[in-house]
Amino acid sequence: MSARLKWLFAIAATALMALTSAATAKDITLSFYYPIAVGGPIPKIIDGYVADFEKENPGISIKAIYAGTYQDTLVKALTAFKSGEPPDIAVLLSTDMFTLIDEDAIAPFDDLLKTDTEKAWLKSFYPAFMENSQTGNKTWGIPFQRSTIVMYWNKDAFKAAGLDPDKAPDTWDELVADGQKLTQRDASGNVSQWAVEIPSTAFTYWLFQGLTTANNVRLMNPAGTQTAFDKPGVIEALQFWVDLSRKDKIQPAGTIEWGTTPKDFFEKKAAIMWTSTGNLTNVRKNAPFPFGVAMLPAHQGRGSPTGGGNFYFFKKMSDDQRAAAFKFVQWMTTPERAADWGIQTGYVAVRPDAWDTDAMKKYVADFPAAAVARDQLKYAVAELSTHDNQRVTKALNDGIQAALTGTKTPEQAMKDAQAEAVRILRFYQ
Amino acid sequence: MMHGAEPAAAMSAAAAPPRPRLSTQFHGWLLLLPAAVLLVTFTHYPTVATIIDSFFSTPKGRRAAVFVGADNYQAMLGDPVFWRALANNIVYAASVIPLTIALALAMAIWVNGKIAGRPFLRLSFFTPTVLPMIAVANIWQFFYAPGYGLLDQLLGVFGTPAHNWLGDQSTALVCLIAVAVWKDAGFFMIFYLAALQQLSPQLAEAASIEGAGRWYCFRRVTFPLLMPTTLFVLINAIINSFRLIDHIVVMTQGGPDNTTALLLFYIYEVGFKFWDTAYAATLTVVLLVFLAMVALGQFLILDRRIHYQ
Repeated sequence: MSARLKWLFAIAATALMALTSAATAKDITLSFYYPIAVGGPIPKIIDGYVADFEKENPGISIKAIYAGTYQDTLVKALTAFKSGEPPDIAVLLSTDMFTLIDEDAIAPFDDLLKTDTEKAWLKSFYPAFMENSQTGNKTWGIPFQRSTIVMYWNKDAFKAAGLDPDKAPDTWDELVADGQKLTQRDASGNVSQWAVEIPSTAFTYWLFQGLTTANNVRLMNPAGTQTAFDKPGVIEALQFWVDLSRKDKIQPAGTIEWGTTPKDFFEKKAAIMWTSTGNLTNVRKNAPFPFGVAMLPAHQGRGSPTGGGNFYFFKKMSDDQRAAAFKFVQWMTTPERAADWGIQTGYVAVRPDAWDTDAMKKYVADFPAAAVARDQLKYAVAELSTHDNQRVTKALNDGIQAALTGTKTPEQAMKDAQAEAVRILRFYQ
Repeated sequence: MMHGAEPAAAMSAAAAPPRPRLSTQFHGWLLLLPAAVLLVTFTHYPTVATIIDSFFSTPKGRRAAVFVGADNYQAMLGDPVFWRALANNIVYAASVIPLTIALALAMAIWVNGKIAGRPFLRLSFFTPTVLPMIAVANIWQFFYAPGYGLLDQLLGVFGTPAHNWLGDQSTALVCLIAVAVWKDAGFFMIFYLAALQQLSPQLAEAASIEGAGRWYCFRRVTFPLLMPTTLFVLINAIINSFRLIDHIVVMTQGGPDNTTALLLFYIYEVGFKFWDTAYAATLTVVLLVFLAMVALGQFLILDRRIHYQ
């Protein structure tokens, strides 16, 4: 190539770059994938937010794309990323953080935090939610639709069993004692109403964390490279879960279907159920009896894992796009919007000052159960998340299910799960 | 005329069959092209790419794929979940296939006879086929719900205690087998029904004059004549038993503890949940080899023993 041709190319390239950057300065388009995991008119709410944001920020347009369940959204985002066209912003499970980092698909937020307001904004979220959003001194996710596990109880069933309908069991021992009274058997010994259901077909590890946290044990380290499935405290927690069915006989034997647990509760087949706060609106609409919402019962300590989705920024955005996307995420997590999103969906508003807004105060005064999840956040821990997350999670789920169905002892099941987790994580040590 | 502008017309006009010339061959290939492109793009290329991928590591982030030889295959042999899924799939296929075919044939013979409400019966047998599997699985999940599900309510009449059908390792796979049989039997019934109506009634008459009983007539006359249909149905049933996993995704997610994990479901998990695409390719190769062997066996062995009219 001659020197002259090179010059020509250089000039043409600069001109082209100037043109494209001029175009983006005028109009920035961002694609935004989001999942739906709870009931309610989610797309309508999101579209409303996006329209309001675009009105306040001319020059930025957001293409909000509903992408299915969390799992579907991850599959779509990662396959799009692998084919070179990732979304710009996506709401994905907070526990997918390590998977996304390992795929080199996402960029951290830290370099975007320049002003003091921006730095203060990052500190405005509940620390429990940030546990699943930060690793290696970097912030990879911003809390958006987050939840915890709570206990729902049927007040009529409590009254019928001679218990105080306004007081849920507060410890494991109380759960078992109350459970004996709540379980109803007919003359031939068949159970017509179980005391409690802790679902175990989906999110098995998550509900299990509701037990391990109360037993003061953590399942993994913050770096996501080590698990502690075979610790005595973990085995004890699993033994307690198994005993609810096998020894105390206050919970159905075998695994309990996640999807039909609320239905069992409505049908009065279970007097107490453990499930996500995301089901709050569903239960409020469909329970044909007065119900209460309580924190999970305590044992050595108290606690529940957090759950739900974070905002992630995919790589490949230009600086202008990143700045615009950052503006959008800040806009979506203001106290007012966090409060509105929480009220409309049942998710836990992600920052303390959202609970001081007038709208939220009114909502809580009308429906105090909504604040239980917030109060429980004090005791909340990170949801199980490691490198190669889904595979490690499956090892634990399989172990728990083996113990619940009686094919392995809790001790054997957890030792096997730990051995498998160690094998999977050996590449990340 | 032989050198005319339209070779095709020239060929048909020629008395003796001429040698196919280059342009004719070109025409032929051109006509095959659309089908060939589709086959290559969606069948042959993915197959070859899968086999190649199974000898490489999974590309992750900045780590590109490297050639690892038979590592993936070795890992597979040591993977207990793979063996579990394979064993489950064999049990599943070995139950679903004969049950579906037997039920389809029985239903076809029944609705082929002169009985009251025949159109209604045919319709109701066929209905499961037109429902999407996802919807079917969601309905059946509530049939199996412990306590208030249809199954427990029916059994409750006889005083049987409630059972956690999908949550018990000893019953979960059986429950899924029942769904699959229910879903496919009506579809295969249609083929048997069509075949039964093609059979000449004289054969049955001749047999009865010879003094053959109904069972003997079915065994020695009807069933052998239905063999071409049976082969077709058998191939489809085998493919379905390895291909249809929608109900597993909805009903059990492979649980409890992999009791209901079938091979394709496990491939989906490895590929799209664990993102271990290389290992998923390895598992896919096993599935391909398995199905290829079955297909070869069918066409080479069974086909010879079937009487086509």
